[in-house]
Amino acid sequence: MTAIGWVQIVLFFAVVLALTKPLGAYMFRVFEGERQPLPRVFGRIERFTYRLCGVDPAQGQTWPVYAFSLLAFSFLGVLVTYGIERLQHVLPLNPQHLAAVEPALAFNTAASFTTNTNWQAYVPETTVSYLTQMAGLAWHNFTSAAAGIAVALVIARGLTRKAGPLAGKTIGNFWVDLVRSTIYVLLPISFFYALFLVSQGVLQNLLPYREVTTLEGVKQVLAMGPVASQEAIKMLGTNGGGFFNANSAHPFENPTPLSNFVQMVSIFAIPSALTWTYGRMARDQRQGWALWAAMAVLCIAGVVTLYWAEAHDNPALHGLAQLQQGCGNFEGKETRFGLSASALFATVTTDASCGAVNAMHDSFTPLGGLVPLLNIQLGEVIFGGVGAGMYGMLIFVVLTVFIAGLMVGRTPEYLGKKIEAREMKLAMLYVLIFPLLILSFTAWALVVPYGVSSLNNAGPHGLSEILYAFSSGAGNNGSAFAGLNANTPFYNLALAADMLVGRFLMMIPAIAMAGSMVDKKVTPAGPGTFPTNGSLFVGLLVSVVLIVGALTFFPALSLGPVVEHFAAGAGRVF
Amino acid sequence: MAPKAKQLSLVDPSILRPAILESFKKLAPQLVAKNPVMFVVEIGSILTTAIWLRDVLSPSSGQAPTWFTLAVAIWLWFTVVFANFAEAVAEGRGKAQAETLRRMRQDTVARKVRFWPPTDDVPGISNEDIIPASRLKKGDLVIVDAGQVIPGDGEVIEGIASVDESAITGESAPVIRESGGDRSAVTGGTKVLSDRIVVRITVDPGESFLDRMIGLVEGAARQKTPNEIALHILLVGLTIVFLFACVTLVPMALYSGIRLGAPAVVALLVCLIPTTIGGLLSAIGIAGMDRLLRKNVLAMSGRAVEAAGDVDTLLLDKTGTITLGNRMATEILPAPGVRVEELADAAQLASLADETPEGRSIVVLLKEKHQLRGRETRGIAHFIPFSAQTRMSGCDLDQRHVRKGAVDAVGDYVKSQGGQMPEEMVQTAWKIADAGGTPLAVADGARFLGLIHLKDMVKGGIAERFARFRAMGIRTVMITGDNPRTAAAIARESGVDDFLAQATPETKMQLIKDEQGKGKLVAMTGDGTNDAPALAQADVGVAMNTGTQAAKEAGNMVDLDSDPTKLLEVVEVGKQLLMTRGTLTTFSIANDVAKYFAILPALFVGVFPELAPLNVMRLASPYSAILSAVVFNAIIIILLIPLALRGVRYRPLGAAALLRRSLLIYGVGGVIAPFVGIKIIDLGLAAIGLV
Repeated sequence: MTAIGWVQIVLFFAVVLALTKPLGAYMFRVFEGERQPLPRVFGRIERFTYRLCGVDPAQGQTWPVYAFSLLAFSFLGVLVTYGIERLQHVLPLNPQHLAAVEPALAFNTAASFTTNTNWQAYVPETTVSYLTQMAGLAWHNFTSAAAGIAVALVIARGLTRKAGPLAGKTIGNFWVDLVRSTIYVLLPISFFYALFLVSQGVLQNLLPYREVTTLEGVKQVLAMGPVASQEAIKMLGTNGGGFFNANSAHPFENPTPLSNFVQMVSIFAIPSALTWTYGRMARDQRQGWALWAAMAVLCIAGVVTLYWAEAHDNPALHGLAQLQQGCGNFEGKETRFGLSASALFATVTTDASCGAVNAMHDSFTPLGGLVPLLNIQLGEVIFGGVGAGMYGMLIFVVLTVFIAGLMVGRTPEYLGKKIEAREMKLAMLYVLIFPLLILSFTAWALVVPYGVSSLNNAGPHGLSEILYAFSSGAGNNGSAFAGLNANTPFYNLALAADMLVGRFLMMIPAIAMAGSMVDKKVTPAGPGTFPTNGSLFVGLLVSVVLIVGALTFFPALSLGPVVEHFAAGAGRVF
Repeated sequence: MAPKAKQLSLVDPSILRPAILESFKKLAPQLVAKNPVMFVVEIGSILTTAIWLRDVLSPSSGQAPTWFTLAVAIWLWFTVVFANFAEAVAEGRGKAQAETLRRMRQDTVARKVRFWPPTDDVPGISNEDIIPASRLKKGDLVIVDAGQVIPGDGEVIEGIASVDESAITGESAPVIRESGGDRSAVTGGTKVLSDRIVVRITVDPGESFLDRMIGLVEGAARQKTPNEIALHILLVGLTIVFLFACVTLVPMALYSGIRLGAPAVVALLVCLIPTTIGGLLSAIGIAGMDRLLRKNVLAMSGRAVEAAGDVDTLLLDKTGTITLGNRMATEILPAPGVRVEELADAAQLASLADETPEGRSIVVLLKEKHQLRGRETRGIAHFIPFSAQTRMSGCDLDQRHVRKGAVDAVGDYVKSQGGQMPEEMVQTAWKIADAGGTPLAVADGARFLGLIHLKDMVKGGIAERFARFRAMGIRTVMITGDNPRTAAAIARESGVDDFLAQATPETKMQLIKDEQGKGKLVAMTGDGTNDAPALAQADVGVAMNTGTQAAKEAGNMVDLDSDPTKLLEVVEVGKQLLMTRGTLTTFSIANDVAKYFAILPALFVGVFPELAPLNVMRLASPYSAILSAVVFNAIIIILLIPLALRGVRYRPLGAAALLRRSLLIYGVGGVIAPFVGIKIIDLGLAAIGLV
């Protein structure tokens, strides 16, 4: 561990912190303000879109209508992307003349991008055309991120809105939230962000792949494409699906330390800013900062552990005299980023359900690999995916308030609204689905030949790889312990189900929670109400997130990374 | 206090013995199924027992030792039995209280009236039927004479009687019950001491207070309260999560080359699911009702008890709650040019025949402060009683016309006699009123003699109680018919947060609605018929047992002692109930950390001996580790029964301080306790050579 390494980490948090308020305030104006910013430019596009689609922006939706709109929109998205993939050989912008994507893989990919997961069972350079990348996949990078923000907004509205005669049981309008997220937030930022990436050396063209002769005299094909435009939203929308197979480790996707730094910041930008937006909606900024603090504590704990683990010897190689390991575990890392920026990137990308990688998680030390895995298993709430982290964390807040509220001798209430049986049902449903998915699919894959045959590693590391895959799918992360060949019918279909259920079956309880909370009476806070904006609450929230996540997955983890760590220390490899 | 309020010790054998029997009876699956957490444990017990039988009958290699399987099975059964025991003890304590009441009810006979109003008695034909009390229906009329027990809840429609209600309230002094007005309600099971009353029965059989009380404390009529249901969902959810974590562990272990035995997996599962809170949850609820009953408050539902914990605003009647019932004279203030003795003499004359508490307090004051003894005036003085028209009383003696009464009334009287009330005295009267007192003026014919200061006496210690409430975050509002100045002064003195002066039933109702409109939960006490709408509107309405039937029906609690300050204790019981649930839930979940460290290394260490460092407690052997965790898990239920029954102590601290405290004790303590406990059990098992 080096001073410059720590400086990068501290600088990262400082920049994220500095962005939180301005971006959060901007988003509040966009989504909840009386008048949206830049009405001449964005407002025209917005109104035009509504007219085109026949949307009445003043019309509020109840939670079932909202949920139905979201599901219908997403379902249509799966179909369109599947269609483009299957027909790419007859569609334009295919200079490499790539064939149609196989059905199972096409379905997996369509599900993956619709759910903001961007799990990639395919090798992009040899599988998908430019049109598929741009129209089939990047489109979802925008809309799935916007859908996530939308769900975060409705649950925030549900919790913070004071019941009035006008609001009633409506929680907003999905189409309005979707359009505004895209037009006011995602598109403009991505536009300038892409220009910045081009300045750093990221590609942006539609040329056929180029064959070059390297200095060593070897012939090599260099993949080309519209990378920068895709790269921007890939990070900003916490999508993570790389234009190239190597993702952000590829020099054409992430060429410089500066581009690497900005990419990390852009992953956290919106999730972090949403906490400020939330505080503003709650009319108490400290409510938002409390969420931010809980997320930051968990994130910092992850970074420190990961950096520490990677800066030490690989335990399996420990004590081998002929090996100089002073530099730490450098396997699978890019030297232009180094240990610190790789550890930070891995933490940030798994905290935020982004899934872009700039180092191979599979090559981390057992404890180093445990951190990204656990980050995902905690429910992707440490900042989390755009919107998704917010609504996930708010569900944990409801759980925390319930347990803590009882302890102060009152019916638990959050922001003055009572948490009752119905909310607990929805919160538990949300919390249940996630481990059920991951554990059942993992257990299934581990005992069937078509599951185990995809493994490149035996023993505990193999278990970790499968566990990571299904965790990544259900958590809509999309990163992988890459030692697993996931492009098989079983994994394509199982992971598609994993991703779809992990996204939409968890969104529905969150939207329903908004509906159930929105018209509840608000009790004004007093000294008898338990404060949810102080350090005590932050500590409690962190504990609940850790306990719910860790207690559920600890048995599985102890057969994976934990055993691997202890066995490696004892000199045993598998 | 009456026998029913006797404090039963937690280990009273009269309760424990039947409870032990009961806890085995409750093993019936259809009864356990009501509690999903315990149901999972019971299924686990059956499964483990079956495996033990199989292992004994057809031994095979690779199985766990039979003694281990048997020990796990036994302790799993114990876990269920202990949880049943907790519930049985809670129910037993309630039953013990109900039993006395029930015995009392059984033998009562009722003299039912045939015709009402009675026609001329036909000789030889009685107007009464003698029937058992249990057959009385709503609307029946019964006659109760001195020495007889009132057969059912009802309303006095004719007569007045002194009634011994000690069986219900524990208060030995008899109370007066009379037809009409606010003292007409009588309770079945109480005894008429004097006179004869006619009572209209107001409840059908099986619905009387006694019946409801018995049903509630026995747990038979207990329905889950809203908050209990929500907690239940949390516990069931956690159970499902851990069920999956344990079931999926089997194939994962298989991949790793470990064959997990069913007893070990069941043991892990039972240790992880929240059995501690799951086993004690219903006992906590029953004990909450029971605690309230011990304070002589009968809640109509558990929901009301829970709501009491949430109360934000307390409406308290001034008289009887904040102040002693009556105003007392504290000083006399002579008018300029009048000697104190002169005023004292006149004041005494005017008050001697005044039997109101105020009048008596004047005589007492004069005797104590001005050494003025009582004198015989009967016959020589002509007394003028108080009337609402004149608002004065007094007496005419010789040529004197002594009057005392409201300042303006006496002022007018003086003027009518040709005198004048001094301007200074008007000022003094205002000052008295400002200070929360009531000025009474005294005059002798045309001469204005001075003022008597009557003061509302604020009850001792009430200010501290209100401070406690403020600390809890509860706002207190005093309701009074006084004018705003007087009300403000008493509010200041008693430390109440706010007041409603010149209150009428309508303004009271409006206040409740306003508070509720702001999202607050309101509690109030009341006794009169005109309180009924407000009692019904309030979230927690405590009716006084001495109050009218209408008031009792409208409220959701009845205070058998008719003590308005009881509301404070009701709130504490409600809070205690929720806190006990919360702390035990936290404790239960925090326990899991240690149990993981005990069981997981034990499960895997055979194939992965490198996992030994995870055995942080250095438990003797894998079998010992698993068994110790299971034993700890069962025993902790027994150990926590007293806490569940007594409730966590409530301290009037702010919410944040309270939470910090609970977290430290039950959260951090919950993490540490099982490490210690499991280690001790493990040492014990090793010492007896079992492992």
